[in-house]
Amino acid sequence: MPTPMPQPDGRENYLNKHYGVWSWLLTTDHKRIALLYLISITFFFFIGGFFALLIRLELLTPAGDLVQADTYNKLFSMHGIVMIFFFLVPSIPAVLGNFLVPLMIGAKDLAFPRINLLSWYLYIIGGALMVHCMLTGGVDTGWTFYAPFSTNFSNTKVVEAGIAVFIAGFSSILTGLNFVVTIHRMRAPGMTWSRLPLFIWAHYATSIIQLLGTPVLAITLTLVAAERALHLGIFDPKLGGDPILFQHLFWFYSHPAVYIMILPAMGVVTEIIACFSRKRIFGYSFVAFSSIAIAVFGFLVWAHHMFVAGTSVYAALVFSLLSYAVAVPSAIKVFNWTATLYKGSIHYDAPMLYAFGFLGLFTIGGLTGLFLAALGIDVHVTDTYFVVAHFHYIMVGGAVMGYLGGMHFWWPKISGKLYPEGWARLAALIVFIGFNLTFFPQFLLGYLGMPRRYYDYSHMPEFQVLNVLSTAGATVLGVGYLLPMIYFLWSMRYGKPASDNPWNAAGLEWQTASPPTTFNFEQEPVVTWEAYNYDELDAPHNDAPHSEEVPVAR
Amino acid sequence: MPDSSATGLHAEAHDPALLHHFAEPQQQRDAASLGMWVFLATEVMFFGGLFLAYLVYRLKYFGDFGAASKTLDVRLGATNTAVLICSSLTVVLAVWAAQTARRTLLIGSLGLTMILGLVFLGIKGVEYNDKFVEHHVPGASFSFEKVPIPGHPRQYSDPRHAQLFFSLYFVMTGLHALHMIIGLGIFLWLLTMAWKGRFTPEWHTPVEIGGLYWHFVDIIWIYLFPLLYLIDRHP
Repeated sequence: MPTPMPQPDGRENYLNKHYGVWSWLLTTDHKRIALLYLISITFFFFIGGFFALLIRLELLTPAGDLVQADTYNKLFSMHGIVMIFFFLVPSIPAVLGNFLVPLMIGAKDLAFPRINLLSWYLYIIGGALMVHCMLTGGVDTGWTFYAPFSTNFSNTKVVEAGIAVFIAGFSSILTGLNFVVTIHRMRAPGMTWSRLPLFIWAHYATSIIQLLGTPVLAITLTLVAAERALHLGIFDPKLGGDPILFQHLFWFYSHPAVYIMILPAMGVVTEIIACFSRKRIFGYSFVAFSSIAIAVFGFLVWAHHMFVAGTSVYAALVFSLLSYAVAVPSAIKVFNWTATLYKGSIHYDAPMLYAFGFLGLFTIGGLTGLFLAALGIDVHVTDTYFVVAHFHYIMVGGAVMGYLGGMHFWWPKISGKLYPEGWARLAALIVFIGFNLTFFPQFLLGYLGMPRRYYDYSHMPEFQVLNVLSTAGATVLGVGYLLPMIYFLWSMRYGKPASDNPWNAAGLEWQTASPPTTFNFEQEPVVTWEAYNYDELDAPHNDAPHSEEVPVAR
Repeated sequence: MPDSSATGLHAEAHDPALLHHFAEPQQQRDAASLGMWVFLATEVMFFGGLFLAYLVYRLKYFGDFGAASKTLDVRLGATNTAVLICSSLTVVLAVWAAQTARRTLLIGSLGLTMILGLVFLGIKGVEYNDKFVEHHVPGASFSFEKVPIPGHPRQYSDPRHAQLFFSLYFVMTGLHALHMIIGLGIFLWLLTMAWKGRFTPEWHTPVEIGGLYWHFVDIIWIYLFPLLYLIDRHP
């Protein structure tokens, strides 16, 4: 159980130092910007969730009776666009990363605080444009914007949605740029690369993907917009263009984008597992470099989304092989987490429950990814619910579980308050059950042949049982997501004050106040210990170097 | 900023240009410089998508691209290349002037860079106008004569494929020109700062990283020029 503060005190911190709307809207404090992001992405999460709810309601019955076909196309398109570009990509980096990267490396702020604020404003501008697009007709191309449908045929607001994603992408690039420079240049004295928390390594790898992948999406969407406006012909087969080129460019970003979503969650889970096993992480350097390996290999597998698009069989073989290769660093992480748990002193607090959920769901998502990397199986299940189930296991089962786990783990640091532990454990359980009930039936549906993106399956009424299970699960999952929002808000007013280090965790972020002061540390910390020194922390006569902060001039 | 204590400087900070969250000026300079290099890496990927599209269609429609490329005015293109190379020189001079506290040279080099940038854009405008007059702008009024493909006397170029060349020509040079315009904006700001005497040998990071950006935009042109103008020129 987390330790509460002995008695509440009125210390100055980043939350109470300044008041008023402008002190938030013009802040350059990374912690306040993280909270701005938290509010905005939560808003988009529930918009995306609303679309998901409508999709699931439509599929409750085999007939297309709730919405019309065109509406359904818009629902799944906007569900995908909102959830990926406006929730998942910024989720952990822009909220937890923004809050924690400077704290974990002992810096006062990110390297470019004003660019950090700019990235939030860009996100808001992109988001506002997306909301406008949704309210005035929406977009029906799927989140993938495939040409030539998006360029020549769709009568919906493709350009506006494309510009919204472009701007949100720029915001994501600026976040990545800030992290890379901060991690290189702002580490506290003694914080060597091999002493960095693995959360930082994960964010470093994520930032590399954001920096090198997102611009390619930007130019692709620019070309789609230009194509629609000026009929250039670059993706138009009638004019000699090639729609497959669009797919190559799109997936060159959008496959690595999966790792933008999952790598930060892996970083979160690493921190949680070490803390609640009370052990140093097993194989530190393997976990660290597997993040980099995922970032590098992730760029070399994009064409496995195109096995049925007419790519050459030799290219398909190579991309299939490389897709297997990217599973290796992911598996290294899972084995190292498991080895960390082995003989650990395991505590079942709420963050750890989410981490366990992540471990199971990510493993299922990853293994079914291997099915899809195999050419024969991929051809059989392409564009079926098997694919839908697979990537939801990775993105929702993996990334969102990691995000929620991280929110629980660091909530005492962010808010200075403890959330109700019993409710939190209950919510973790509900999310896990609801998730599996929603998405496991979809594996079966897909394997039996139900295509994705169909709103009417009345010719196949035998699919209804599994679809009803999935819709029921989605309802449970929705409750599971609402609960944390409610008790986090409740705890801000009524929660017990948290101590500086409620989990007795390692890491610089726990050595400062909860919530931290504006400049994070009273004095610049000097690091003389390795990451995850839980054996020192838990030693009977603990006067570990952690408790002191040595002032030095550099 | 409404609250200088949260966003501005430490009370005890000595150097007014040193932001509160850096320990020393060197760290701040390194961060800014690394930030610009990283940003330029994203720019390489941004233009990379276009270069890929160019590569695909150049290989697919080899002769058509050659025929279409020949209609560009190589003298204007070469002049623009020379103009940009000269502007890179003036940028280097500006950085050196800032390092060695030569204010007049700094202002002169920045101004000259901007003039060269404007000359480039002017020439580009003339070229665009020529293409417009010749109906080489992709779209409904596009027309391109069926000319024999060089080296294949009985094959004729396909106007649709020539249009693809001009599509790429306008997107690539258009995005490059947009970067030039942004660069001119940056240099206008640098010029104002230099005029006010804000740059010192200790602090002139904006000149350095603004210069990096300018060099990058030049280098993009160095690749665009041969790919667009020179692919089918023979002595």
